Amino acid sequence: MGNAAIELIGIDKSFGSGHANRNISLKIPAGTIHGIIGENGAGKSTLMSILYGFYQADRGRVCVRGEKAKIETPSDAIALGIGMVHQHFMLVHNFTVLENIILGVEGHSLLGSSISKARSELQRLERDYGLEVDPDAVVEDLPVGLQQRVEILKALYRGAEILILDEPTGVLTPAEADHLFRILRQLKEEGKTIVLITHKLREIMAVTDNVSVMRQGALVATLKTGETTVEELAELMVGRRVLLRVEKGPSAPGEVLLSVTNLSVKDSRGVTMVDDISFDLRAGEIVGIAGVAGNGQSELLETITGIRKAVSGTVTLDGRPIDLTGAADPSELRARGLAHVPEDRHHMGLVLPFDESENSILGYHRQPKYAKGLFLDMDAIRDDAVEKIGKYDIRPPDPRLRTANFSGGNQQKIVLAREMEQDPKVLIVGQPTRGVDVGAIEFIHKRLIEMRDRGKAVLLVSVELDEIRSLSDRILVMCGGRIVGERDATATEGELGLLMAGVDEKEAAE
Amino acid sequence: MSAPYAKLPAWADYGLIPLINVTVAFIVAGLVVLLIGENPFRAAVILVDGALGRGQAIAYTLYYATSFIFTGLAVAVAFHCSLFNIGGEGQAYVGGLGVGLVCLAFDSVLPWWLTFPLAIIGAAAFGAAWAFIPAYLQARRGSHIVITTIMFNFIAASLMVYLLVNVLKPAASQAPQTRTFLEGGRLPKLNFLLDAVGLSVRSSPFNLSFLLALLAAFLVWVLIWRTRLGYEIRMRGHSPKAARYAGVSETRIIIITMLISGALAGMMALNPVMGDQNRLQIDFVTGAGFVGIAVALMGRSHPAGIVPASILFGILYQGGAELAFEMPGISRDMIVIIQGLVILFAGALENLFRPSLQALFAGIRPAPVGIEAKQGERV
Amino acid sequence: MDFFSTLVFLLDSTIRVSVPLLLAALAGLYSERSGVFDIGLEGKMLGGAFAAGAAAAVTGSPWIGLSAAVAIAVFLSLVHGFASITHRGNQIVSGVAINFIAAGSTIILGQAWFSQGGRTPLLGGDARFGAIQLPFAGSLSDVPIIGELYSDLLSGHSLIVYIAFLLVPFTWWVLFRTRFGLRLRAVGENPAAVDTAGISVAWLRYRALICTGILTGLAGTYLALSQNAGFVKDMTAGRGYIALAALIFAKWRPVPVMFACLLFGFLDAFAIRIQGTALPLLGQLPVQFMQALPYILTVILLAGFIGRAEPPRAGGIPYVKER
Repeated sequence: MGNAAIELIGIDKSFGSGHANRNISLKIPAGTIHGIIGENGAGKSTLMSILYGFYQADRGRVCVRGEKAKIETPSDAIALGIGMVHQHFMLVHNFTVLENIILGVEGHSLLGSSISKARSELQRLERDYGLEVDPDAVVEDLPVGLQQRVEILKALYRGAEILILDEPTGVLTPAEADHLFRILRQLKEEGKTIVLITHKLREIMAVTDNVSVMRQGALVATLKTGETTVEELAELMVGRRVLLRVEKGPSAPGEVLLSVTNLSVKDSRGVTMVDDISFDLRAGEIVGIAGVAGNGQSELLETITGIRKAVSGTVTLDGRPIDLTGAADPSELRARGLAHVPEDRHHMGLVLPFDESENSILGYHRQPKYAKGLFLDMDAIRDDAVEKIGKYDIRPPDPRLRTANFSGGNQQKIVLAREMEQDPKVLIVGQPTRGVDVGAIEFIHKRLIEMRDRGKAVLLVSVELDEIRSLSDRILVMCGGRIVGERDATATEGELGLLMAGVDEKEAAE
Repeated sequence: MSAPYAKLPAWADYGLIPLINVTVAFIVAGLVVLLIGENPFRAAVILVDGALGRGQAIAYTLYYATSFIFTGLAVAVAFHCSLFNIGGEGQAYVGGLGVGLVCLAFDSVLPWWLTFPLAIIGAAAFGAAWAFIPAYLQARRGSHIVITTIMFNFIAASLMVYLLVNVLKPAASQAPQTRTFLEGGRLPKLNFLLDAVGLSVRSSPFNLSFLLALLAAFLVWVLIWRTRLGYEIRMRGHSPKAARYAGVSETRIIIITMLISGALAGMMALNPVMGDQNRLQIDFVTGAGFVGIAVALMGRSHPAGIVPASILFGILYQGGAELAFEMPGISRDMIVIIQGLVILFAGALENLFRPSLQALFAGIRPAPVGIEAKQGERV
Repeated sequence: MDFFSTLVFLLDSTIRVSVPLLLAALAGLYSERSGVFDIGLEGKMLGGAFAAGAAAAVTGSPWIGLSAAVAIAVFLSLVHGFASITHRGNQIVSGVAINFIAAGSTIILGQAWFSQGGRTPLLGGDARFGAIQLPFAGSLSDVPIIGELYSDLLSGHSLIVYIAFLLVPFTWWVLFRTRFGLRLRAVGENPAAVDTAGISVAWLRYRALICTGILTGLAGTYLALSQNAGFVKDMTAGRGYIALAALIFAKWRPVPVMFACLLFGFLDAFAIRIQGTALPLLGQLPVQFMQALPYILTVILLAGFIGRAEPPRAGGIPYVKER
């Protein structure tokens, strides 16, 4: 390898009882695109945050361009020519592009002259790298793709030679992502070093020169991208052969249990998030909704489950309409047989400071079996929780433990146990395995198939295309709030990816 | 993750940390005493003796504590719903209007034991009504309840002065207060309780509403931890999104919680108005609504903590009055400082000693509780 | 011209009444724009007033009084910062605590040091910030209207009054034309953006709180050394809360803050002026209603009936690095 732009030696970092990075050593050659891949929670972001001075390593050292570097704050990193594009953009929503770009590198205590200097410098950068953005636009008015561009410009403006991108495509369509990759290649041509953090194999194969794989805080391999395969990387990521296909028999769809007709939903800003959607969900089938995050899937789920108001359209549950105008009462829908495993487990599906047993009745707390009149039946609730703990192998098996103290997988099992054990007719599931360890993923997938085989209708929303493809009997693809296509379970990833991008989106990105 | 720190054992969390915080507050208060050239230990002795040394003093201490239990519960109930009700002062003030109107209307026709339940309803209804507008504005229009309840304290003060001066004052009188209630508008004293345990009380304002306060404390405990409504209140307090998901209407729960909170604050008025002064007069709340904040923070919003915290503040109020005789440099305003320090250390700085305590515990016990937390959870 | 004189008199008292509100509201603007809610303006102003009164009484110098006021108010601000920035405590709780600590300790210390029932000794003219006559004020006072406005309304205020009004454009300039202001506004909206830009969130917020301390100290000084001749217990009398209301009313912007404070000040001055006299159309308004009007107006504003008051996005939330 050529000169190392960055060398990490023996980096170790713990948060409380969790070991985020274990003795990591890594060399990143200058002028390359280096991928860092791993599952959620593998420690990728922590490692890069240490490099950017956002966290301090407990042990180990960092060398930049061959010299030992002391990076204690982001400004140290910036001074060393390291820039970072964060997963959640670090932009001030009501500032202009220009104001966001100069924040922290204003140059002078008065803004007057520095602003005009910044403007011409920004225009030069935009020209050189083909990153056009209106410097006077207010950031919150820009689409996500452009906001990300502002983040990249921010790093370049600070003279970044080494650019770290943390999960940059999570909010982008495949076409926007491809455009980003072109920018990254161009930056490489200019001699910049790029570090790309992702959990998507496709991206690694598409754009990187080298790839490092992380698993449970440890770096398990560094390979040349050209000399490896998707299968090998996937195996390294999870530590054993991935179950790409879940064992399941053919589906036997029955009557329509959930019917959505011409549904439209707007968010609080009045932007249309769900645009005239219609589909049916039958007993005994899993329908998967694929799409890039932020294309209306969340709003669709929340509207069907009564959390959010609809603008127009109808939804019928088992033949009876759901009142969508005044935001239906979710507990009434539960009583009618609609169960919901929400996307946001931490804030919606669970109340983390509650005891496990308190969470195991969340939403069903008005049912007579848990209540005596106005009072909660504490004994019944505890017995019920103990039963579910056994059935779903929730660990530790303590109904009085604070829910925050369970692992992600076990927290998700608490939610699943609660929703599935009510014997619903329709089960709505959002991101069932996000932030869940591999063992629990298998368990959760099996349970979902079981529900289907018992004649339940399951609607599954996931940004993990693999998950959608291995579980669904039918796949609907959402893009820009619309359903842009329907495929069966044999659809290829490429086919779905094209649909997820949407034809219009693609043209816009060209 | 939600909590920035690992878990401590429950007894340390709910016992030791509040104890340390309150102790530090008192140490700082002692330094203030030292600053004005008095001996803090002597002051403490005089204070405790003045509050608990004689039956008479104990009766006064419990009289003050009664008010603080009500206002402390009011703040605590709102805290459980993640609402900060700074309006206890105004709600209590307006609650007094409810008590006053009931007593003025019925004191000549009904015996006290019939007026009392009506007065409870009046106090609760008026207090709740005064909390309703801020609650409604928070729930439906997103107006910050801290600011609106502060504003409503001032509006209540103006309103009550207006009513007392222009409407309720007997024509012949100069003082801005109502006429004195007849027997039917006066609560019996509880001095006999203290007499029964061998303490002599000549006369004191210690009255029946103390028992009502204890009952209210018990009912608040039942409400918060044993009823569906309490479960929903706590749910909304911890996570508004989860409450929405569970089908709990945010508007409804905010308004109900604030009505309960306002009603509790309003019931505080029974103690001074019907139990002691037997008339409605200007500024009878004298800061009890604010003491409720300190009491709720100190008692960690749990009735079992609020009652002792209220008694502690009762001791400070009563003992502080005695202290002012013995040490002219120290007036009762010392209590206001202590109140502020308790709010600072038990509230805003509640995590000051937590990290070091956790380090200490981690040292003692190599495997702390909750170690299996968060595996595979970090992004 | 009787009406005109009355009007000038009314506006003159409006200015006097508005100044402590204006200083306190601008003080709150620095803190809240940086993402730290501050309901402790009242306490800091009170602490400052006491320190000003006490120090001026002992030394006879209003400047030493002013310095003491600023020192105490900054100290209380730093306590707020220690609790809410360093230890991520609840900002509302911390503000409430400071109000009580200030209310209690000013009386206790005042009594202990001066034995006048919580007052500080009455100050002579040299120990106060007295009225300043602007040039030619005397000679122009006979010129109708313009002269009268100049000499009776603009001239004849204390130094702090002029400082307070100059602070309005100054604050605007700091906020929108300096690096500090850019960062201050950024940290109040998205502290993570500031942190990743290599700027210390805590230090930035502490600096904002120091500005708050200085201005509340100035407000306290005005009360004790300009409007009055010494400290009287509880002399802020809720002005800190009205200032807070004005700040919200002005949606956290410097120039509207000035107009909000003048409006609230005018209501106050007007209430005193019309006490006991009947108004055309309205009849006799109870003085209590006029006193409550700023609070009622603020509630109506908060209810969103006259435009939306949207606070800085990060306000009230302690900054924790994302994990």
